[in-house]
Amino acid sequence: MMASIVFIALLGLIMGALLGYAARIFAVEGNPLEGEIEDMLPGSQCGQCGFPGCGPAARAVANGEAPLTLCPPGGKALVESLAQKLGVSVDLSGVEEQQPRVAFIHENLCVGCTKCFKRCPTDAILGGPRQIHAVFSDACTGCEKCFGVCPTECIEMRRIEPTLQTWYWPEPARAA
Amino acid sequence: MSDHSIVGGPFTHGGNSIPRTMQLVMLALLPATLFGFYLFGWPAIYLFMVTVLSAMGAEALALAIAGKPQRPFLMDGSALLTGWLLAMTLPPWAPWWIGVIGALLAIIIGKHVFGGIGQNLFNPAMVARVALLISFPLEMTLFTAPSPITSAAAPGLFDSLAITFGLGADLDAVSSATPLGHVKTELGRGLMLPQALGDAHSEWNLGVGSISGSLGETSAVLILLGGLFLLYKRIISWHIPLAMLGTLFVLATLFHLIDPERYLGPMSHLLSGAALLGAFFIATDLVTSPVSIRGQLIFGAGCGLLVYVIRTWAGYPEGVAFAVLLMNACTPLIDHYFKPRIYGRDRKGQPLNQTSRQSAPEKP
Amino acid sequence: MLAGSLFRSEPFRLFRIRGGVHPDDRKALSADQSIVDLPMPALLHIPLQQHIGAPAASLVTRGQMVRKGQLLARSQGLISAPVHAPTSGRIVGVGSYPAHHASGLSVRTITLQPDGLDEWIDDIEPVVEPFTLAPEEIARRVAEAGIVGMGGATFPSAVKLNLGKRYALKGLVINGAECEPYLTCDDRLMQEHSSEVLTGTLLMARALGVSEILFAIENNKPAAIEAMRQAAAAFPELRVIGLPTRYPMGSEKHLVQALTGQETPARGLTADIGYVVHNAATAKAVHDALIHGQPLISRVMTVSGNAIRQPRNLRVLIGTPLDNLVEFCGGFNAEPARLVSGGPMMGQPLPGTRVPAVKGSNGLLALSAQETLAAPEMPCIRCASCVQACPCGLVPLDMAANIRAGSLDASVSIGLLDCIGCGSCSYVCPAHIPLVQYFNYAKGELAARQRNQHKQGETKRLAEARNTRLEAIKKAKREQMLKRKREMEAKKQSEQAQQKVAETIEDGA
Repeated sequence: MMASIVFIALLGLIMGALLGYAARIFAVEGNPLEGEIEDMLPGSQCGQCGFPGCGPAARAVANGEAPLTLCPPGGKALVESLAQKLGVSVDLSGVEEQQPRVAFIHENLCVGCTKCFKRCPTDAILGGPRQIHAVFSDACTGCEKCFGVCPTECIEMRRIEPTLQTWYWPEPARAA
Repeated sequence: MSDHSIVGGPFTHGGNSIPRTMQLVMLALLPATLFGFYLFGWPAIYLFMVTVLSAMGAEALALAIAGKPQRPFLMDGSALLTGWLLAMTLPPWAPWWIGVIGALLAIIIGKHVFGGIGQNLFNPAMVARVALLISFPLEMTLFTAPSPITSAAAPGLFDSLAITFGLGADLDAVSSATPLGHVKTELGRGLMLPQALGDAHSEWNLGVGSISGSLGETSAVLILLGGLFLLYKRIISWHIPLAMLGTLFVLATLFHLIDPERYLGPMSHLLSGAALLGAFFIATDLVTSPVSIRGQLIFGAGCGLLVYVIRTWAGYPEGVAFAVLLMNACTPLIDHYFKPRIYGRDRKGQPLNQTSRQSAPEKP
Repeated sequence: MLAGSLFRSEPFRLFRIRGGVHPDDRKALSADQSIVDLPMPALLHIPLQQHIGAPAASLVTRGQMVRKGQLLARSQGLISAPVHAPTSGRIVGVGSYPAHHASGLSVRTITLQPDGLDEWIDDIEPVVEPFTLAPEEIARRVAEAGIVGMGGATFPSAVKLNLGKRYALKGLVINGAECEPYLTCDDRLMQEHSSEVLTGTLLMARALGVSEILFAIENNKPAAIEAMRQAAAAFPELRVIGLPTRYPMGSEKHLVQALTGQETPARGLTADIGYVVHNAATAKAVHDALIHGQPLISRVMTVSGNAIRQPRNLRVLIGTPLDNLVEFCGGFNAEPARLVSGGPMMGQPLPGTRVPAVKGSNGLLALSAQETLAAPEMPCIRCASCVQACPCGLVPLDMAANIRAGSLDASVSIGLLDCIGCGSCSYVCPAHIPLVQYFNYAKGELAARQRNQHKQGETKRLAEARNTRLEAIKKAKREQMLKRKREMEAKKQSEQAQQKVAETIEDGA
């Protein structure tokens, strides 16, 4: 009886020591996961996640400080891929597939103050001082940074409507 | 994209449905079942009814617990068929509670625990049969000799109630072993085959079915007719029955040739026990068998092999239930590795290589 | 001639196609109805997108008078087709109109009000000696005539005719299979216009540079087979072949397999194995374009189904609103359970009858509930009927299960992108699972995700470009400030030096 206790205890100590030594030798500097996660995020630095940009958001996700559902523009696809990357399971039911929106400037209200195009992270707004601005909808990511600063509130966030080229069959409704 | 009101094609249909599929299988089983009723009398009929009604009741209960609607699931025929098949594999004079427990095991544990129809990994009737066999070996191995319903010796309506619902039959008087059981015992006692088989278990009798056994083990001819009917109606395909019976036949022939006195001949193997019932009705269960042709052939061959091995060398005289369950466990793996070849690709999934594309002509 | 008939009597060896289904063909409803011209409608709505590829660009404006056959919109890019006026009249507008599409979305459409005169434009003239034209010239005229695949696929035909330059072709296959139930438009066309279909076929063979022509017709159309055989009697290089009636025999990959035994490599074209397939009605359109100089402005459509009082085959001007067809056929005798464009297997559900007929509409079906046989969906019982029915060797039940669980990539790895969408699997499924819709959804979702990813890549690039630009501006500013500082310093120093000199001079004086 005593012999087995002593033996098992000794075995545990030896294994623990080996593991600790291995942890020291094979330790990885920094967290490469962070870079990989940052690549998966949209990269428009919109800030809707509450972090000042996609880099800090990636760091938070990698450290487990932020939920995987933190990025609205990424939608379900992003949550799924993050879950797969981190090897965790995630509940998708609360994730709203955010309808992508693009900014649209109502030209009759625009005064040409240039506040919006200076903030646009992808340079999607065309314009100059005292000139009416316009949005390149292909480049707009819907981050709403321009929406917040327009002094005449002439920017409207519009849903992207499906066209004949982008429409596809909806998933069949679930049976009982 | 979330508008589910747009319904896509096709806007016509072949007319097949799940209830129709189940009904055809039950139709195929009907001749053998009726013959079994004739052979074993009222106790068999009562046991059959109890088993089937318990299966329906278990299905209703499980659906209620799962929060699924009773319609259409209760009436789709799958619970009825499971109960029917289970009843076909029970000893005809077994007490009522064997039928009830079996049905509960089949429907609740064999089917609904996995997620309901279409989700089960194992054949529900076989799960129940094996569980009963292991838990109640005595009741599940007490077979009676046939006593046709019209003969004077058969128990009447009310005596049969006592048999099924009472404390069980006074079976010492009428118990008799199944052919395979008899053979195993005799071989165990050291007797060689020709004597062990005896006249009562000649191949003719095995074929026609006036032997003791469960309802599904008796008339091989009627089971075969039912199986051929299913093939004709395209409910099952010929690959699993042929592979299973073929493998059984080949192995039996092989060993019978090596030592005719220790190993039963191929026809005895094919016609006795639940081999035919298993090949046409049990192994071909749609949910638990592979979907591709190559997969089905492998599955059938595996069943046949296991049936022979268990019958010949293992502790049980009949191996179909175990064989089917073991191969059911392999079905997902078989389905994963043996897929049909895709049009335009080779077996490995790479596009076929030909192209008559020419390199672009030199610009002048 | 003798050699030709000897050659003809040799039976053509056919090959089996895997799977497929054999639906009740229901062609008796309209098979005996000869083609009738639909009377001119009050308005024509001609969409700019009736083909695969980029939409055509409008050349007309509101109020303009146009003549029959006049170019209304020109093609844009390599994969595109022009659009012509089906009759003479006035352009009422160029705007959005409901498209001939299941989604109910609108498309840019030219609305034309016929003036009743039906005058052709002046430069329509028959080609003299079309068989002396160069192959490229034939293809060019086919492109100019706006001809697209009339079997429903609407791929610009000229692009396919030019494949002879890039592939070593063995032959042309004409698809007269018409394997969808109800449709009889190609059948009647081949019976009533066999010599024109033949001429178009021979012209296409010339454009492709091939001598062998296989004209394939399903065996349920014996009159069409006979008519084409008679028309082609003088041309031994053209063989009219009767195919076993099986759906989807009309799928071009399976058609070529049935005729030659060879499978088109995955992600490839039938041209990879040496054959180009064109529809029989496309051949007739080629004849009209090259022999008469007429662009594609009308087509034959089958109006059928139990809910239509009088099923018929109609010659319809492109852009005719479908309610004209319904009215001409006696109207509905009951509210149809389903309105379908095309055949019941691969046809699209239509949002209503306001939408116009387009180049690819081969049928309008008003189906009753007894014909659609729709039923509530049940769980999959893994019966593998779909595996047996699939002509492409896929496992539809596994693909649908993956899609339902959200694993679209898993469904791709077991062959989703090889699915031709024929609907055989849904046709046989006892649980009435809408398998094809799952696959169409998944294909669309994957395409949308790819577009999204592309957009994300572009967004990153734009954001980085912006950062680079802003940094460059900052840097330039800093350098400028430094430069100015230095200049100020230098100026100050020189001023100090000057002052010193001035002081020295003062001191000296």
